[in-house]
Amino acid sequence: MDAMAELGAGSLLLGDPAFNYQEAELNERLKRLYPAVNEDETPLPRSWSPKDKYSYIGLSQNNLRVHYKGHGKNHKDAASVRATHPIPAACGIYYFEVKIVSKGLDFLSSLLPLSPIPGWDKHSYGYHGDDGHSFCSSGTGQPYGPTFTTGDVIGCCVNLINNTCFYTKNGISLGVAFTDLPPNLYPTVGLQTPGEIVDANFGQQPFVFDIEDYMSEWRAKIHGMIARFPIGERLGEWQAVLQNMVSTYLVHHGYCATATAFARATETLIQEDQTSIKNRQRIQKLVLAGRVGEAIEATQQLYPGLLEHNPNLLFMLKCRQFVEMVNGTDSEVRCFSIRSPKSQDSYPGSPSLSPRHGATNPNLHSAGADSPTCSNGVTPPNKNKSHNKYPGVSSASSSSSSSPSSVNYSESNSTDSTKSQPHSGTSNQEETSDSEMEIEAEHYTNGVAENPSARIMNGTYKHQEILQAQDISLEDSCASRQLCGGNQAATERMIQFGRELQGLNEQLCREYGKNVTHKKMLQDAFSLLAYSDPWNCPVGQQLDPMQRENICSALNSAILESQNLPKQPPLMLALGQATECVQLMARVRSGSCSFARVDNFLH
Amino acid sequence: MQEVTATSRHYVDRLFHPDPQKVLQGVIDMKNAVIGNNKQKANLIVLGAVPRLLYLLQQGLSSSELRTECVVVLGSLAMGTENNIKSLVDCHIIPALLQGLVCPDLVFIEACLRCLRTVFISPVTPVQLLYTDPTVIPHLMSLLSRSPRTQDYITQIFSHCCKSPEHQTVLFNHGAIQNIAPMLISLSYKVRMQALKCFSVLAYENTQVSMTLVNVLVDGDLLSQVFVRMLQRNLPIEMQLTAAKCLTYMCRAGAIRTDDRCIVLKTLPCLVRMCSKERLLEERVEGAETLAYLMEPDVELQRIASVTDHLVAMLADYFKYPSSVSAITDIKRLDHDLKHAHELRQAAFKLYASLGSNDEDIRKKITETENMMDRIVSGLSESSIKVRLAAVRCLHSLSRSVQQLRTSFHDHAVWKPLMKLLQNAPDEVLVMASSTLCNLLLEFSPSKEPILESGVVELLCSLTQSDSPALRVNGIWALMNMAFQADQKVKGEIVRALGTEQLFRLLSDPDTNVLMKTLGLLRNLLSTRPHIDQIMSSHGKQIMQAVTLILEGEHSIEVKEQTLCILANIADGNTAKELIMTNDDILQKIKYYMGHSNAKLQLAATFCISNLIWNEEGSCQERQDKLRELGFVDILHKLTQALDPNLCERAKTAMQHYLA
Repeated sequence: MDAMAELGAGSLLLGDPAFNYQEAELNERLKRLYPAVNEDETPLPRSWSPKDKYSYIGLSQNNLRVHYKGHGKNHKDAASVRATHPIPAACGIYYFEVKIVSKGLDFLSSLLPLSPIPGWDKHSYGYHGDDGHSFCSSGTGQPYGPTFTTGDVIGCCVNLINNTCFYTKNGISLGVAFTDLPPNLYPTVGLQTPGEIVDANFGQQPFVFDIEDYMSEWRAKIHGMIARFPIGERLGEWQAVLQNMVSTYLVHHGYCATATAFARATETLIQEDQTSIKNRQRIQKLVLAGRVGEAIEATQQLYPGLLEHNPNLLFMLKCRQFVEMVNGTDSEVRCFSIRSPKSQDSYPGSPSLSPRHGATNPNLHSAGADSPTCSNGVTPPNKNKSHNKYPGVSSASSSSSSSPSSVNYSESNSTDSTKSQPHSGTSNQEETSDSEMEIEAEHYTNGVAENPSARIMNGTYKHQEILQAQDISLEDSCASRQLCGGNQAATERMIQFGRELQGLNEQLCREYGKNVTHKKMLQDAFSLLAYSDPWNCPVGQQLDPMQRENICSALNSAILESQNLPKQPPLMLALGQATECVQLMARVRSGSCSFARVDNFLH
Repeated sequence: MQEVTATSRHYVDRLFHPDPQKVLQGVIDMKNAVIGNNKQKANLIVLGAVPRLLYLLQQGLSSSELRTECVVVLGSLAMGTENNIKSLVDCHIIPALLQGLVCPDLVFIEACLRCLRTVFISPVTPVQLLYTDPTVIPHLMSLLSRSPRTQDYITQIFSHCCKSPEHQTVLFNHGAIQNIAPMLISLSYKVRMQALKCFSVLAYENTQVSMTLVNVLVDGDLLSQVFVRMLQRNLPIEMQLTAAKCLTYMCRAGAIRTDDRCIVLKTLPCLVRMCSKERLLEERVEGAETLAYLMEPDVELQRIASVTDHLVAMLADYFKYPSSVSAITDIKRLDHDLKHAHELRQAAFKLYASLGSNDEDIRKKITETENMMDRIVSGLSESSIKVRLAAVRCLHSLSRSVQQLRTSFHDHAVWKPLMKLLQNAPDEVLVMASSTLCNLLLEFSPSKEPILESGVVELLCSLTQSDSPALRVNGIWALMNMAFQADQKVKGEIVRALGTEQLFRLLSDPDTNVLMKTLGLLRNLLSTRPHIDQIMSSHGKQIMQAVTLILEGEHSIEVKEQTLCILANIADGNTAKELIMTNDDILQKIKYYMGHSNAKLQLAATFCISNLIWNEEGSCQERQDKLRELGFVDILHKLTQALDPNLCERAKTAMQHYLA
């Protein structure tokens, strides 16, 4: 990073629009070429290092131009400079070019740790322009390619997948020069004659050689390798594993009906019993609907002791409850309110229980079940009562339009039992928590027939249903949002609740010591009250229904854990492991990781 | 067997049922019975199912469903052995199916096309059958827009039936390019691929097609750009290779420059990749052959290819089949290797020949490749004619190098297998081999001596009697090289073996090259005074006759110049001189050419006179007087004022002899 700081000396030039433009182009190109590289961990070479160079070397033009300023009498006068950083393994395939602006008597270009002449020292490799020989850790060269001279563009490609390297001359590949390369190579250039000048291109400009084409071949190769991974005799075993993964995933998220149908079709068993699944599902729905108070209550009822043993979780839930009170959605405040502020209920964007894909999900890792991915692949059977009509629920079909991965919220809640909804009249009312066809019935009536947009919004109308919006007038859905639904009594209840929450925090501090996260959470939640329009304030983000997802899945995991069930579905575990594995590959310098990204396989 | 025939019989019988519904069911049952069953197919054909099916197919009363099912069964029969195809073609299935294409029913058309495709892609079907009816091609063109299936089948038919420049022209004239070009961006990979293949066949060695292709736009892109996109490395190899072929053919036809980026940076590297070990053997063969063809005329491409991805070394691997490992471990693999071994070797030789045809450094690199000369030597005597031809082409290409002639060629005694090859080989091999021999007989070649001793003269003389002009040229050329600065014995042998009659026949050869080399031979024979006098004393009369004839005939400047040079050589002899001095006709001709408008001819004629007046012994006075009488001095005088410095110099020297 020191070297980067040095490069930052170019800050003088920051005002230069041309430079900024080039910088932007460089960033864009590097990102495109090496998407798997995490530059916080392993920065890419972007210029020659003014520190790691011989004194005979002069740098100019943002440390991209190298010229020789020594005597150049013999090999002892040779000098070299290396790039600011070694080549990260996560590049998979790395490439840079050097243009010979002016040739002295002879020219040497190479890769690797600083050495008097690249290629002559231990662990250094090079391709020399005077004789076209390649040098590998010694002073004697092997015939390799043509000679090169002024005007030629020489490129060097390091393949970190098979640890080889080849050079290019004016866009033509000269073939493999070295095999079994060690890790952590630096782009290096060496000169030894006065008058020699070379310009580097680490991605500042388009390359003469079509490196992206070369990369595409390797990407295809590695994808082919993964796709054709031999499973041989274990075909049946694999199928069972895959079915189990799908099934456990469905169960985990409480897609009870789908899970049952899937289990029936694949003749597998579901570990957890139906009631338990439905209980969890109910609790999750409450949280996602913003009715956290009820969720807590239900949890305490169904899983006594659970929250007591998880004070952190309880605190988080209570914080969320406070936020929902501000929102006007929690039942503790809603019961005061005549008008239900529907606008908050609507749940735009991502559906609650229907997790998003990896691409939009940056914090996916093996340890956290908080944001599950890949669920759109699960298609609930689109039908009413008879599940048999659709025996094979494919886990692969994932078209966004055709797979209604929507979650079913139709189940009614014990506390809000008024069900008839004028605008969703056909909703499924006869069954509550153990309805098998709830999803489908909802889907057809509300989602498709009456309110097509609901299908995309995945759940909007369902919230309305759960919340039993007394006020069903559609026209005021955009009505101004008010604190606690604008009800005075509700606001007082909220303030009181806030005090209780404060008290809980203090109690926790006494018992378990200070907790920075809690403090921050509390602060953020209380800050909402400081603004006249909490929805449009710096901390207003908290009011977004999307924020319910994390706490919802945390609660779900805790319940599962308390039942001695895995707190994370194996599918997510596998996905997390795969992602982690690819990252690990980068760290242990296995270059193929760059072409085996998990994202590429999530469609 | 009896039983099988009995069931087959039953199937055929059902085709004759009076109830059309029963017939339809019979055809459907037959369809299910023949799928994948070659024996059943053969039985049905023997039992005469084909004519009945064709009858039902053409019968106007048949339902379109029945007609379609009939075609499907026929298509299934065609999928069998080559004998099946022959039987079907003999039953005139092709006209019947082509006739069916007029029907408006798309399903039926597709079935007909599928069956036609299967029949036409078979090597036993005469492709001419597609062109017999002139309405067929235009109709097929019009069907191209009907569906992706019709596109797929029709382009396959075109690709397999386009075997000659005439076929290319027919398809071209019926708008093949405009009709097929949009298919290159079809959503179906199959269709894109077949369209591409079709273009590669159409463009091969066809300037007209290539020149048209280069200006075609597909969805706003030039066709060459579309082809370049198909070279992308992540695409299937088949597509990359075929796209590279299209670009290669367009380049060879002059439609794309050889220094165009799409050739240098895309097509050439792609073809080099096709030669790599990772590719299938078939792909490597095609890749190498196409690459050889691409760079044959262009030294810059040869230079680039020679440094791309270690191509020269990569090709050495082509000779390692069947590999020793495969022989032991895997019989199937061995079989596969053996099948392709010849193809691989000849492809490698071709590519080496192309690589080394111009650049001395590349030739050196090739000969330094592991065991290269040994491989060529053994290639020259391989059983496969293709390999022998390619090996001798390679040798020929390398024989253009003075250095190689002096070193590796001599070290490996390549002349031995070469001589053997010349004994008994088809013309195309002979042309290459004799051309190579010409180079080996060059004066500085150390192989010249042993070749002479091996009795090559007879062989070369027999070549001069060949019907092929190329062989006559090579024969006489080799003799010419052989006679250059040769001793009396060799020259005598050449004259004796060739015979004056044949020599004079060659002097009236319709091929200018042959004439030129024969004159060259004469000139080489007539060098150094004793040789001149000796040959002229025995063959003087005929030679003077021939010379007169050529000088009087309609010939190019080069031929006349060469003839005048022969005269100059004759004039250099001691006794031979008199043959000119006593021939007033010749002297008049020399005089004429001294005043010719072409300086080269003037120079050669002056050379001749200069030799005649050469003042060495006492006898020159007489000649000088005669020449003065004939007015040569005046002409020489004029020529001393000539603009051409050589001519002027020569005239001055001649004048000095007079004064001396």
